[in-house]
Amino acid sequence: MAQEQSVSASILAKLAWRNLWRNYRRTLIMLTAIVIGVWAMILFSALMRGMLDEMVHAGLRVLPGEVQIHHPAFRDDPSIANSMQEPQGELLATLNRPPVQAWTARIKVPGMISSERDNRGAQLLGIDPAQEIALGFDPGDIVEGRFLESPQDKGIVIGRKLAERLETQLGKRVVIMSQDPDNDVADRGVRIVGIYKARLQATEELNVYVGRETLQKMLRIDKQVSEVAITANSYKTVDTWWPAIATAAGPELDTQPWMVLDAYLGTILSIQGTMNLIIMIIIFLALSFGLVNTLVMAVFERIREIGLMMALGMRPQWIMYQVLLESLMLLCLGLIIGNVLAAATILPLEGGIDISIVGDGLEMYGMGATLYPVLAAQDMLNSTLVVLVLGLLASLIPAWRASRYNPIQALAKN
Amino acid sequence: MSVTTRLAWRNLWRHGRRTWLTVGAMIFCNILLVFMISFQFGTYSLMIDSTLSVLTGHIQIQEKDYNAEQRMRNTVPNGIALATDLRKKTGNSAMAARGTTFALASSEERSFGIQVMGVQPEFEAQISTLPGLIQDGRYLQGDDADEIVIGSVLARNLKAGIGDEVTLLGSGRDGSFAAGVATVVGIINSGMSELDRSIAQVPLGYFQSVFSMSDQVHSIVVNVGTLGAVEDEKHQLKTLVTTEDLVVLDWNELQPGLKQAIQADLFSNFVMYGVLIVLVAFSVLNTQLMAVLERTREFGVMMALGLRPGALARLVFLETAIMSLLGLFIGCLIGTAIAAYYQANGVYIPGMEEAMAKYNLPGELYPQVSLLSIFLGPGTVFIGGMLAAIYPALRLYSLAPVAAMRAV
Repeated sequence: MAQEQSVSASILAKLAWRNLWRNYRRTLIMLTAIVIGVWAMILFSALMRGMLDEMVHAGLRVLPGEVQIHHPAFRDDPSIANSMQEPQGELLATLNRPPVQAWTARIKVPGMISSERDNRGAQLLGIDPAQEIALGFDPGDIVEGRFLESPQDKGIVIGRKLAERLETQLGKRVVIMSQDPDNDVADRGVRIVGIYKARLQATEELNVYVGRETLQKMLRIDKQVSEVAITANSYKTVDTWWPAIATAAGPELDTQPWMVLDAYLGTILSIQGTMNLIIMIIIFLALSFGLVNTLVMAVFERIREIGLMMALGMRPQWIMYQVLLESLMLLCLGLIIGNVLAAATILPLEGGIDISIVGDGLEMYGMGATLYPVLAAQDMLNSTLVVLVLGLLASLIPAWRASRYNPIQALAKN
Repeated sequence: MSVTTRLAWRNLWRHGRRTWLTVGAMIFCNILLVFMISFQFGTYSLMIDSTLSVLTGHIQIQEKDYNAEQRMRNTVPNGIALATDLRKKTGNSAMAARGTTFALASSEERSFGIQVMGVQPEFEAQISTLPGLIQDGRYLQGDDADEIVIGSVLARNLKAGIGDEVTLLGSGRDGSFAAGVATVVGIINSGMSELDRSIAQVPLGYFQSVFSMSDQVHSIVVNVGTLGAVEDEKHQLKTLVTTEDLVVLDWNELQPGLKQAIQADLFSNFVMYGVLIVLVAFSVLNTQLMAVLERTREFGVMMALGLRPGALARLVFLETAIMSLLGLFIGCLIGTAIAAYYQANGVYIPGMEEAMAKYNLPGELYPQVSLLSIFLGPGTVFIGGMLAAIYPALRLYSLAPVAAMRAV
């Protein structure tokens, strides 16, 4: 019996395959449509993924740290008055063991920076350069001069755009101004020792780096910082480890993962998967009409043949399987070619597509001017699932109808 | 109805299901396109309006280098008089002069580096929505009063309320040290946290005296009512502003990001629509090719009776056109109905408030139905369908009547 079944299954497969190519023009047209659909599904997902990675880069890599700890009032009121002690005790111990890979304590206060020509509002960052590099600052972004060398460094590193705005340059002195906890103006002249570049101009204009201890001295705060930034080098799995940090930091401090710190990015990333799926389904729906049509025609042409097979004793469900199998073969062929084609399109583009023609607009979306598409196995899998599941569902109707013919009437057709 | 039309119509319904499936593909695609394109157009105009109406305005007159670098010293001389003069000459009263600089604002307890704007209280309300968004107190009055209005978040951060004093420290136009003390008279709540965190306005006369500007301003901001009127007004202003070193810039030059953001979005969406249209065209191609192939004998007879291939090709095109028109009408009808419903009621996308606030968009979006938004997508689908009929029609020209009549 089992052997009989496997024999009939192989016959069924052979029949389906041959039927598929009886009208090769029609099959080729449908196949092309499926290939284009699959290719587009994967390509759009890859571009979307690239866009989002770019936004994540701009949002999370600039001042890295997937989890950050602040004074409870700091996020609403980023003032020096809302600073906290550098980590110690249990928090320090938690920060120094896995999964934490790197952490740093920063001072982050609004301030003013003035050259002899002009002045601008800026965000003063008091940092420990070694820790900042461990966390993800790329020293390769320094285009002129050097990055800070220690928390005691007396120099300042500013963005390329800010230097332009202030009409100043490497080696010149600028004055930084902010307030100390008693609201007295604290200022200090510093020499520009380095100029950095960033993907977004807004970043280059906003952030200026000075040594943490230098800034602590200027602001008259001893061992106080505004934020502790922590990374485990994976923003996707942050949910698994940030509660432990929050516990160690205690309820007096505000510990948050990046999704909360940057709600815009959090929203965008959380809807990404759904968006991609919706696009895939829409593309498939546009395809499905043609698919059903092809099968309906294929069945219609073969009514007599189907009637004959039934008259000879083929069971109705085998007729149905045969049509479904035909559809499955068509879909699989389309998927294979579509996936290969998509990979062949995307891989050469992974080095980046220059879209600086709309660069200012992309900056509004928080993106740089180069788009790096990402070919992800997840997207290929999703598109395959969408096409197979929905494709077979759509084929059920013509397949079921084919199995419901009355053999006598079917034979009498035409 | 001519014979050809009647033939085409009857041919279509020989396979009713097949025809409806093909028309269905077009209807689906058309509904989607009408709704999405109307939705996009609505969103874009909302985005432009809400961005420009806050501060930028439609047109600005500036010193020629100011837009690129925004330096303190790149000023428009005698700006207030120039604005008054232009109001008179153009008949458009929605013009106001502004000065802008960065300063350290300190209250009793806090200090922040902020952008301070000097505005003409009398005219500012005509070019900006901010004066209307006062939450507490009042907007500025008089040109020289030492008053300041600040954003609600900034007020909270400064811990300053109505009646409190704010000290402004910065540098004057000549590079000198500039300092002034102004009293908070109003608090602006725009609902855009970035703006509420940074906005601070003082009367222009006071601004000029604190920052050693004498009669200089940084820009004259013009509101022309609708985007469509920008081009004409810009042209007129250009003929009126003859001073060398001054330029007349429209919103696109002032905020190049806005149009580019829209273009980027438009482009990526149109690529997606293109794929959908191609897929629908394939569906039409398949149907029409089948329809031609299964009628080989019939066509053979018709040719033997004296019909030329051209007439048969016309028949095929006519069939395709009828199908495509059906798809166009039904698709446009349903699509427009859906878009119009949401135009009246708004689309609310839960969980997207943060993302939308980034583009100055409110929580609800409204599609904007126009002739263009209705027919752009479906029109392209129609053309795609007709193009798809070319290959099946071409096959008719290689048909030999005798062989065709023998075909199975």
